[in-house]
Amino acid sequence: MASQSQSQTQSIASPKLSGYQTDGFFDELVDEKTVARPDAELLIDRINKLPAEELLRRQKAIERALYQMGITFTVYSDAAGTEKIMPFDIVPRIVSTMLWHHIEAGLKQRIKALNLFLGDIYNEQQIVKDGVIPSDLIESASTFLPQCVGLKPPRNVWCHVTGTDLVRDNTGAVYVLEDNLRCPSGVSYVLQNRHVMKKNFPQVFSASRVRPVRDYPARLYQMLRGMAREDINDPTVAVLTPGVFNSAYYEHSYLAQQMGVELVEGRDLVVEKDVVYMRTTDGLQRVDVLYRRVDDIFLDPEVFRPDSMLGVKGLMSAYRAGNVALANAPGTGIADDKVVYAFVPDMIRYYLNEEAILANVPTYVCSRAEDRKYVLAHLDELVVKAANESGGYGILIGPHATQKERAEFAEKISENPRNFVAQPTLQLSRMPTLADGKMEGRHVDLRPYILCNSEDDVWVMPGGLTRVALRKGSLVVNSSQGGGSKDTWVVADPGQSVAIDELS
Amino acid sequence: MLSRVAESIYWMSRQVERAENLARFLEITLGIVLDQPENLVDPWEPLVQVTGDNEWFAKKYGEANAQNVVQFLAFDTEYHSSMLTSLRCARENAKSVREGLSSEAFLQINEFYHFVNDSVAETITDPTAEFFDIVRQHALFWSGVLDSTMAHDTGWHFANLGRLIERADKTSRILDVKYFNLLPRVDDVGTAVDDLQWSALLLAISGFETYRREHHLMDIEKVVHFFLFHRTFPRSILSCVAGADASLDAIEEVSKSGSAGAAKKQMAALRHRMSSTNVKEVLAGGMHQFIDNLQQELNQIGSSLNHDYFNISTTT
Repeated sequence: MASQSQSQTQSIASPKLSGYQTDGFFDELVDEKTVARPDAELLIDRINKLPAEELLRRQKAIERALYQMGITFTVYSDAAGTEKIMPFDIVPRIVSTMLWHHIEAGLKQRIKALNLFLGDIYNEQQIVKDGVIPSDLIESASTFLPQCVGLKPPRNVWCHVTGTDLVRDNTGAVYVLEDNLRCPSGVSYVLQNRHVMKKNFPQVFSASRVRPVRDYPARLYQMLRGMAREDINDPTVAVLTPGVFNSAYYEHSYLAQQMGVELVEGRDLVVEKDVVYMRTTDGLQRVDVLYRRVDDIFLDPEVFRPDSMLGVKGLMSAYRAGNVALANAPGTGIADDKVVYAFVPDMIRYYLNEEAILANVPTYVCSRAEDRKYVLAHLDELVVKAANESGGYGILIGPHATQKERAEFAEKISENPRNFVAQPTLQLSRMPTLADGKMEGRHVDLRPYILCNSEDDVWVMPGGLTRVALRKGSLVVNSSQGGGSKDTWVVADPGQSVAIDELS
Repeated sequence: MLSRVAESIYWMSRQVERAENLARFLEITLGIVLDQPENLVDPWEPLVQVTGDNEWFAKKYGEANAQNVVQFLAFDTEYHSSMLTSLRCARENAKSVREGLSSEAFLQINEFYHFVNDSVAETITDPTAEFFDIVRQHALFWSGVLDSTMAHDTGWHFANLGRLIERADKTSRILDVKYFNLLPRVDDVGTAVDDLQWSALLLAISGFETYRREHHLMDIEKVVHFFLFHRTFPRSILSCVAGADASLDAIEEVSKSGSAGAAKKQMAALRHRMSSTNVKEVLAGGMHQFIDNLQQELNQIGSSLNHDYFNISTTT
């Protein structure tokens, strides 16, 4: 033992992960010679010093804590009583100050353009008239809601809460994979992951100058409160959830709890004379702002799906009358349609007269004849995505697919080209991840969360949800498809507040 | 507070209390089996009878032996009021109102449920009083956590209400089953009784030490009085009713309706009657009858709560 620690003391200057291989992939924590990147030195050093069993023990302790906190999803049915936590990996991702500045600026720019696009597309549709976006693309989009035409949300903000998925390729360049503008989930994992990591790695955490994420619920509440009609002094804010069977229910309840507001279901609400009320033990009480986590088409059975049991009759009419504010505004789904996504760089150019700071992944739009031709001929190298699916469904990963699967997708694409886009398979960046007791590289992505108060007041959470594909070689990070998560440490600029200062 | 949340908190609390009391039933019965000479009385059959679901039991299990009754009351997930079913429902309710609870409260109910759920297999084959003792400790933790980590506001008062209504009901059932079990004929009142058995009865409501301190010797009248009318012991029926009444007062106080609801009126009436009845009258009039009436009144109050607070109509 003594000689071992001797050799490690010498290696502090540029610690390596012994035995770890990058296999030619870009790695978030180490360079191609497995030497720690500057901001990761302390962490790698710490990992080297801890015996593998100790890391494993702490990982188990964290998993146990998450289980105790009931941060679980049910496997099969609850009658079987089997529950699992979302897999958690103990090795945090570290994002350098420089890289974060780039990401933050890019996301702010993107949200600005997306908000302008939404306001335009539900009103004048100038961007279509000017030929930047083909009109048939909008007309054929199932996410374009005619019921929202003419809406003008307060301060022209449509997407108050956004979760944008980012990936890095083999050169380390950052790409936007998709925008989630409807009810992006996962932020509760960010907060809980941080909570358990601080408990288990206090020293390395404090030395790493990690920026805090803990104020997210407070910022969210401030934003929601600010959305109420100006003549209301003390607005009532509530989180609207589809209910306990929704897979993100834990998050809805956690956010409501952290903000200290009511968590309501559709059946708790009633609209009378265009005013929204909740049923309380003292009778009806007015609600001014809803952070709705119910999808657009379930919001109001009078306007959208008549069979929806999750929504509230008359909600849209109350919204139009300005008596209730909704975050996000109904209709935002059109802007995260995977085909419309391909046009976001054009939007940024059109509305802001700027070039996109964060690039899109190059995207072939199958409704364009030449793109389609290329896609059909190169299915074995591309990732094909259905325009309107999420959670890793409706996806073909060409290089990993069988001949038969590719043939099936080719048929679907030819039948309904509007519904598909294709992208080259990126060599996603990897990170050291604890697998079977040792460190192995696994692919990761990153979903930062963005709060938009107004065009000029956009806040990006420093960090976000790092999802990791736990299966060896897998590129799929969705929790529904066997993915897990990691804590994300954004390194503070000199003078910036760090997470260790917060009360925990 | 939201009607749905109030209702869920109320039921969550009732269901945990129910689970706790079932553990108390079983723990004490397992103890009695060890203490009593063989074949004196059958301790298991009456446990089934007080549930009121004896037909259901007979159809599924047949004989009321230790193993069957433990399986039925503790772990049968097909039975709507078993310990495990109650805890599962309580946890589901807790999940649905998680934002209205303290983190510690959710943590405790979650642990409680997992402990019981994870113990099913081993405990069914070899039920021990120790297992039920741990269950009872979980429940005591839960009570403590609830009382010391949550503001005693409307939500807490609904939890307290659920807890105390359930507790009053179950205390009455413990007395009912054991009274008939231990003392089959009314002529036996006043005769010497088995010290151990009555001690067991008091242990079931954690009242043994308090009773000894006040009365020293076992005496049927005094034991019955302790169960029904003790003013300060937290599991006596009068004390439960008084506490529930106080919580209803607190709930009504913050409500804007101005006039007392049906539940409040019924609870106050029950409390009044309990305070002005004595144990001699109860024994003379038939204790089983008295307990039966009490349980019906508690049920009635439950229905009134539903009307007064949980199903607020849209046109108020």
